[in-house]
Formats: sequence, C-alpha cells, structure tokens
Amino acid sequence: MEKALVLDAGKCTGCEQCEVACSMINEGASNPAKSRIKVFNFHDEGRFVPYTCTQCDDAWCMQACPVDAISVSSDTGAKMVSDALCVGCKVCTIACPFGTVNYNPASGKVIKCDLCGGDPACAKACPTGAITYTDAGATGLAKMEAWAAKTDAGQQANA
Amino acid sequence: MKHVILGAGPAGVIAAENLRKADPSANVVLVGGEDKPPYSRMAIPYVLTGKIEEQGTYLRKTDGHYDDLGIQYIQGRAAKVSPDSGKVTLEDGQALDYDRLLIATGATPITPPVPGLDLEGVHHCWTLDDAEYIAARAQKGSNVVLMGAGFIGCIILESLVERGVNLTVVEAEDRMISKMMDTTGGEMLKTWVEKQGVKLLTSTKVTSVAKDSDALKVSTDKAGDLPADLVVVSVGVRSNIDFLEGSGVQTGTGVMVNDRLETSVKGVYAAGDVAEGPDFGGGFQVHAVQPTSAEHGRIAALNMNGADVKYRGSLIMNVLDTLGLISASFGHWMGEDDMAVKMDHDHHSYTKLAFHGDHIVGALSLGRTDQIGVLRGLIQSRVKLGPWKDKLKKDPSRIAEAYVACTQK
Amino acid sequence: MSWAKRILRVNLSEGTCQEEPLNMDWANQYLGQRGLATKYLASEIDPKVDPLSPDNKLIIATGPLTGTAASTGGRWSVITKGALTGAIACSNSGGFFGAELKFAGWDMVIFEGKAPNPVYLLIQDDVAKLVDASDYWGRTVWETEKGLKAEYQDPQMRVASIGQSGENGVKFACVVNDLHRAAGRSGVGTVMGSKNLKAVAVRGTKGVKVDNPEAFLAAAADGKAVLAENAVTGEGLPALGTQVLMNVINETGALPTHNHKDVQFDGASDISGEAMTVPRRSDGKPNLTRNGACFGCTIGCGRISTIDPEHYTVKDREQYQKASGGLEYEAAWALGAATGVSDLDALTFANFICNEQGFDPISFGTTVGAAMELFEMGVLTTKETDGIDLTWGNAEALTTLAELTGRGEGFGAEIGLGSKLLTEKYGHPDLSMSVKGQEFPAYDSRGIQGMGLTYATSNRGACHLRSYTVASEILGIPEKTDPLSSDGKAGLVIAFQDATGAVDSAGICVFTTFAWSMDNIAPQIDAACEGDWTVERLLEVGERIWNLERKFNIDAGFTGKDDTLPKRLLKEAAKTGPAEGKVNELGKMLPEYYSLRGWTDDGVPTNETLDRLVL
Repeated sequence: MEKALVLDAGKCTGCEQCEVACSMINEGASNPAKSRIKVFNFHDEGRFVPYTCTQCDDAWCMQACPVDAISVSSDTGAKMVSDALCVGCKVCTIACPFGTVNYNPASGKVIKCDLCGGDPACAKACPTGAITYTDAGATGLAKMEAWAAKTDAGQQANA
Repeated sequence: MKHVILGAGPAGVIAAENLRKADPSANVVLVGGEDKPPYSRMAIPYVLTGKIEEQGTYLRKTDGHYDDLGIQYIQGRAAKVSPDSGKVTLEDGQALDYDRLLIATGATPITPPVPGLDLEGVHHCWTLDDAEYIAARAQKGSNVVLMGAGFIGCIILESLVERGVNLTVVEAEDRMISKMMDTTGGEMLKTWVEKQGVKLLTSTKVTSVAKDSDALKVSTDKAGDLPADLVVVSVGVRSNIDFLEGSGVQTGTGVMVNDRLETSVKGVYAAGDVAEGPDFGGGFQVHAVQPTSAEHGRIAALNMNGADVKYRGSLIMNVLDTLGLISASFGHWMGEDDMAVKMDHDHHSYTKLAFHGDHIVGALSLGRTDQIGVLRGLIQSRVKLGPWKDKLKKDPSRIAEAYVACTQK
Repeated sequence: MSWAKRILRVNLSEGTCQEEPLNMDWANQYLGQRGLATKYLASEIDPKVDPLSPDNKLIIATGPLTGTAASTGGRWSVITKGALTGAIACSNSGGFFGAELKFAGWDMVIFEGKAPNPVYLLIQDDVAKLVDASDYWGRTVWETEKGLKAEYQDPQMRVASIGQSGENGVKFACVVNDLHRAAGRSGVGTVMGSKNLKAVAVRGTKGVKVDNPEAFLAAAADGKAVLAENAVTGEGLPALGTQVLMNVINETGALPTHNHKDVQFDGASDISGEAMTVPRRSDGKPNLTRNGACFGCTIGCGRISTIDPEHYTVKDREQYQKASGGLEYEAAWALGAATGVSDLDALTFANFICNEQGFDPISFGTTVGAAMELFEMGVLTTKETDGIDLTWGNAEALTTLAELTGRGEGFGAEIGLGSKLLTEKYGHPDLSMSVKGQEFPAYDSRGIQGMGLTYATSNRGACHLRSYTVASEILGIPEKTDPLSSDGKAGLVIAFQDATGAVDSAGICVFTTFAWSMDNIAPQIDAACEGDWTVERLLEVGERIWNLERKFNIDAGFTGKDDTLPKRLLKEAAKTGPAEGKVNELGKMLPEYYSLRGWTDDGVPTNETLDRLVL
C-alpha cells in the first residue's frame, strides 16, 4: 500500500525540528524559510499545525506546469519537481490551492515536498509522533483528502 | 471515435493526452500551427535570458511522446470548419474528418493601428521564432522600446533588462499590468522597475514608428521621440477565431462554450485561451492563463469522450516576476466595498483582499511568494473565514495562517 | 561553519549599523553566546560603568548550535552589565528569535550608546537598520510584536522587545521574544530601555550550516534519543513542565514561602503542574492548554495556558482569555508561594502581565513577598500602597500590582525598584531575599544546601541556572547527594558551574543536562564546529567563562563579602519539613569553594589561575 505523511496537529508542540530536518536534507543547511513542511503556530489557541503537500491526486501543480517539470514518482506517488526542467515561472505556486509549492528566489526554481524518496526526514525528526509516514488511508490522510476533494477547482461530476 | 484537436498549446496537448487515456482505441489528431513541437509560450522569456534552450520550452520532453501515445501530430492551421460534414479544412487544403472537434487555437498578438509597425525591427514576442528574432537584435547597449506593459510585456521585460539593453517601456494605460494590478500595486511596480534602470512611460501612446538612418524613431504623444534599434509590440492578444466564420460556432471575444465546454455546435468543443468559458465568479470569460488551459483541456476531453462533466468555472489568476518583484492576482480583486489592504512602499510589499460576506473573492499581492497558492484555495473553496475575517482585515498578510486555521480543524 | 562568523555592531547614538567579522580566536576560547559575548563586553566596557549610562553596552548573542538541528538549539542570550545587580548579566532565552537571528547570518548584535529617540532594529538577512519606534514606544511587548509583524506583512518575523516596564526603568525588566519567552533576569530589559531601544525584529532566510553535516545529524539524533528515553526530559517535563517540581520541592521542605519565612506552602498543590491539568468547573477545560516547544526542542516543557474565562482577572477582558505562556515553576513559586497566593488563575494572569509588559516574575513575586512582610510588620500600610491590602495570600493585590508595576504606576513603581531597594527604602534591607541585588529563585537553601553556595557565588546574583545542584541533591542527576548536607557541595557547585558555562555558550538549553552529560554534548559541538571540541575543552571553556565573569565583577567593585546570603537563611532555621532546624551552611562551603576555584581567601582568582585559563 502506498504510504503518506500523516500530520496530527494534536501532537505537535511547534518545535520545528521537521523544518530543520527538511531544510538540512534538501538545502544542506538548517533553514526553515526553505523548508517544504511548515508548522503554523496559532498562538492564541495554543495550537500548532504541521502542514505540507498532501501529494493530492489532482496535482494542480503538475497539471499547471507549462514545461512538464513536475512528475509523479512511481515509487512513492510524490509529485516531484525536476530542477533541470523547472524554469521558475511560478504558475504552480498559484495553481496549488494548498499553498504548498513555493518559489525559491535563491535557486530560481520552485520547491515542494517530495517525500524524500520514501524516507521523509521530517517524520524521522518529529519528537512527538505528530508527523508519521504511514500507510495511506490512515485517518489524517483521509481527512486531508476529504478537504482536497472539497477544494476541487476543476470539475464536478454529475453522476 | 475520431477526435481532432486544433491547436497544440497546453489545452490541446492535455486534451489529446486525456482523450488517449480515456479511450485507448480512439483516433486522436493534434494539429499545431508552428514548425516546432508543442511548446509553452510561458517559457519564452527564459529562452531569451538564456536560462533554457529551446527544448526547455517543450510541453513534453520525451522524444516520440506523441507517437508513443498514438497521437497523430499534424502541422497546419485550420482554415474552415464544416460541422455539417464533420470536416476541418486546413490552410494547405488538407481536410480532416472528425467525430468530435476541439478548438484550442489560442490567441494572436494584436498589432495596433500605429503607422510603421510593419517596419523591419518592429516585432511581437509571441512565438519561439519571435524570440529568436528579438534575441538577435536585443544586444547589450542597444536601444529597445517595449510597447505595452501588460502581462506579456512584463514577462519579457526582465529578459530584455538581463540582456543589457537600454529599455524604454511605453504603456498607454496609467500603470503596468492594469488587468492584474490596481493603481497602488501598479505604482509600486513602476517605482521598482525604474529603480532597476528601466524607463517607464505610462499614460503614453506610441503615435508612429519610422525609419531613422540605421535605426528606428518611435514617436509618442507625450514623451517626444525615442531612438530604437528594436521595437517589441505587446499590447494585447485576441482569440484565433477567424476561421470559424460560417461554421455556425458562436463566438464573442472568444469561442462561446457552455459549462461542459461545448460550443453552440454539438460535438464541437473549445478550450484554453480561445474559449470564452465559465468564470468561477459567474458569467463567461476568456481567461488566457495556464491553469485554466490545463483544466479546460482535461474537462473538454472527458466530455468529448462521452462523460458529462461540468466545469465549475475558471478562477482568473496570474503570477508575474518583474525583475525580482513578484506580483500575483486572483479572482475578483477589484472587489466591492469590503476590503483589507496592507501596503509597505519601502519594502515593495502589498496585499489586498476582497471579501464577499464571510469569504474571500479576490486578492492581489506584491512582494510575496510564500504559500501564495492558499489564495486560490481560500477563494475557490469559498472558505468560511469566521473569526479569521477580522484578523485578515487587521493584517491581510496572514492568509496562510487563515487558510490552515480554517481548513485543518 | 555553525558560527555565522559575523557580528553586527549598532551604534545607537550615531544611528549606524556595521558588520564586522567574529573574533574567531575568542570564539575558540569562549565558544559563543554567554562566554563569547561576555568576552566582548568585558573587553569593551569599563566594569565600573553605570548600567543605565550610554557607556554600558548590550549584546544579543547566539551560540554555535543556535539554529541547528541539535535538540533545544534555539537559545540566545542578552549580555550586559545588569540594571538590577550592577554585576555581569547574562539572561538566556528560548523561543524562535535566536535561531532567526542566526538564519539571517549573525552571531551577535552589539548595541552601544543611546538612541536620541526611541528606535527598533530591523534585520532582514544582510540588511540591518534602525527605524524610528515612536509608534511602538509606550506599547506592550504583545502590541509591539504583533504590530511589527503586521507592519512588515511578515508573520514569520521574530521579535524581541521590551514592554512599558523596560521603558519606565523597572529594575527587573526583561527582553521578551515570541510573546512569552524571556531573557528574564538581572534587568537586561531595563538596560535596553535606557538605550531607547524598543525592539529587535529579525527575519532570516540564509540558514545555518554545520562543519560536518553527516556526523552532526548523527550526533544530534543520538542526543534526541537520549532526551526521549530519559524520565525527566522524556516524560516529566513534557507532561508537567518545570512545574513538575512544585509538589516535589514542597515535600522536600525547600519551597520558600512568605518571603522565606517558611519552607513549605499549604497551597503548593493548588498551584502545581498537576493542578494545571485538572479541568475546571466553568468551561471544563484545564489551565494547561498544551505543551509548546521552543525552536528545535524535543523536550517541549513550555506551558501554554488559558485562564478560566470567568475568573475575576479576565472576565470582561477578552484579550486575556486567549492562550498564552503559562506558569513555569519559578514563576508559579514567586507569584504564589512567595506571596502566599494559591489562586492558580491569578498567578497565570500575573504571569501573562509579566510577559506582556516584560518584567521578571521571579523578582516581581519576591519583591511583592517582601512588601507583604513589611505590610505584616506594619512598616507598610495602605497609605503607602495606595489602598492595596498586602495581606499574605491576597490574589487581587498580586494581580493589581502586576498591572501597576508593568505600567510603572502607583505602588507598582515601588515594587519596580526590586526587593533590595524597596526594603532599604523602608529600613529593612535584611528582608530582601536576594544576592547581589537579584532575588532568589524557588529553592530554599536551608533544605537544599548546595543551592546556598550556588546563589552566593553566582556571578549574576541569586540564580538557580548557574549551577543547578537541585538535579543532584533532589533528583539524583547525575548522582544523588544529600540535600541537607553541605559536604562536598563546593566541588559539586563548581562542576555544575563550569559545565553550565559551556552549555550556555553553545546555543542549547540547560534542561538537556537532566539527560545529557557532556559526553552527549561534546560530539554535537565537535561535529558542528571547526576544530576539536572535547569534553575537557568544553569544561575548560566553562571554567574560563566563570573566572572572566568573576573578574568583571571584581573590577566592578564586588568583593568576597558579596558572596553571601540574607541573614534569614544563615540564622533562622527552617520551621517544618525534612530540613526543620537547618540553616544554610555557607560558611563551611565557601572557603572550600574558593580554594578549589584557585582563588584567594577573599575570593579573587589568583594570577596562577588566570594564567592557566589564559585570562
């Protein structure tokens, strides 16, 4: 069964170890500004919400890419940006209704979660089990998928 | 079933691929107008800067992609559509039979009625051939006049600056990208590009272009004459619909379609920049943007293949990088009277949100890239903001927080 | 690597910001943060300087592990000559500000002079500038931080600022970052206010690199595993925070109560970590909303609390009904046991005000406790207090005074003097429960003997964080010693002081040392930084820092006579609990301590010691 990142806000303490791990793996430096995963801190509610790409089936980013620079990994199902092909036009950054594809001015390319090739650094770094990489269909994913469906920007089947 | 697709831009190619996916036995013919494999106009500026080679613009990178999918690719331009006989005639006289036809012929740049625009050295920047022509003439130190600071003008502006030309931009409107930015944002953009050494003449019209010894002389109504080695014309585009005359396919600004992207003629569909399709905010519009083309292509293909899929309507949105200052616009950004605005001139940052009741219907942003896509999510999912509306009114930059707070319960 | 190797020098008088390279010779001797910034300060200012004069400097400093993947690697410090103490001050904070400063590419910011008008420093990666702060002066920490984020349309911006208390010269004002983390002690916020510096706002996108990423990530992962498996850092602190101690210390008979008149508090369990988790009647929710972590922290001891919406303090004040930084043990003790107040919501509210207005709850609570004792004695009456009834345990008196102190109004302005000046003013200096002018934290040295020596010798005035012998004497970390015995405590205190000096200079949290020994820490520093960083070298760095701080204080005019405790702890025996009948045996411990330190009988480091440490 395909695995997915399951994010459980109820367990998150907001430490940003995930952001550090993500940027270390992907950028070679601890740099949350360039992390593919982001923890939102709702201070007034005492709530922390880790947030990243759900690798949604609709793949708005992939569909919108004008130069075919985003593809689906056959191993993990992750939507992956090819640095060699990305021209930095940023269309995917506005096409993704989740805001999880971001432009990196330093490289002139976009960045997004690619599940680290099947061994996500964020999940390994999370101290509280708020981020796990587990079989798809687990509760968290189902919830996010339900939301993704609601965000359907393109179609509405009649039947 | 035989599908003919006129136009090999993103809408056409995506439709062809989706038709193939939906019906492995269907006959799919893709007709492209240029002597190039299907490519993306969005990528042309990056060819001009040398960031990518021509191949980098191709919509699909694998050799033999269309052959492998059994999509028949034909070079040609449609001259006539005859729905009664189910036939398309190309300009070279070739006739193609179809059961279902998709019009995805895109648009063509407008040449305004200004004397001298037919001269050597005056050019559009629309095709790869155009890019090649411009690249040859836009050399370091040469004088270049860019007519039009709309979206297309702006995406090539950066590449012209990077090539080291002396650039003057002449725009008839009072601001840059007037269709995707309000006066405030336009002013900020203007300050920004002027800081980078670009001469920007707004509310100014080019009255004529004439030969002046080896070069050109561009005359304007307010700023006198400008010397030019190259004049690039980008004052807008119009849908490629002339060939539909007499076909019975109803046209307006573009090809009029219903919410299944079918035209007034059964079996004939339209998608992409040429289609005047359902607008997310109600009504029908031509939305010549990449995400809409991709969605059109997919939905049209599903319906052409016999499904009954309704399109919710496209959300107009744009993102633009003007010499490093990134602007984006979504939906009904001009709004009504319920707005949240935050600007910081010193830092070239600007956010504007337009509300309708409890949700956002449009947005503008300048100087921001992080999580910008949530604006689409907020608008298109009609996210109920609840207490976050007040927070956004105080600080509209908190859009990502608002989106996550309202959706990740 | 790991160090950004750049410091920012801000001359507030001139309005200039200049970059300069980090002195790497000093970095190799002092590591970073507390040690390195103290070296800069000691080299650049006259130790005799008036803390509030423009000639004092204020340094914001990170350590080499700040901003890295090391667990708790988000620490940063404010180093200056303290307004409360006149001694060397180094106040350490967590949150996210320090890491952000590092991400922007700066190890330290040195502020000198005094701005002619209120300003704040804005740092966006390489770009730093002073900006007019007239819109923010007179505002609270919370208003300032939220306002700056909105002004720059950047929710990711991190802000450290002072509240009204820092502007008004409250002697124990803090620098508060991320709304409720603070460089809390010694009046570092008071110094910041004296410089007309309201805030530092920073956004960094450059990141932090380490010398050997592979080895570092492995060492950091090992460290995190050790923290996760440890009972204190893996269970106690995440579940109950530092408040896990309230009942423990009370039972030990070392919970200073009623201005240290007592060593046990009847209301302790009502204000304990456990009490914070009990659902209340009004809304069915507990005081503790959840635990929150500082940057990079895999322990997560931080408390995020919500006050009972029906409580008198917040009933019609919506802004205080939201979640915010809750009670840590020291704050709960000072606001509660020291004053005899056992109303958990009142303490939480007072703590909110301390964060909002930027003042130290330990010094505040202790000073209120001293005022309550003066009130009990009849030295203070409602005439002096503007009608506030300072009877022990009066919650409303506490919360009212918190608001008044924050704003510098009424009797609050007198509380803002701190206990030393307040008790002197009213003729009873012995009632100030402080060392070198800084109030005690939450451990009574009659019941935990080592803490008496800890307080007496602490270079920044009474402080638990310079050598937390509670770990050994109560929790048995790294090994159990008898809290009621002073034997061997001199050596224990020195070992803790030196190790803590290194930890405080590295960019990590001292709470890691409940689980980590230097054997866990050294490999992380070694992999992150150039050069070889062994346990021995780190302990030497710690000892060097301790002696440098000591030297600064001696040059500032402190002597061995200041290494003492209030009479009460040396003469009045504990009345109840396991320590009943005990006083602190400082007189036994101190000579041994001096000798082991290589100091003279008067507490001055010998030339031999200074030479050995290359000082």
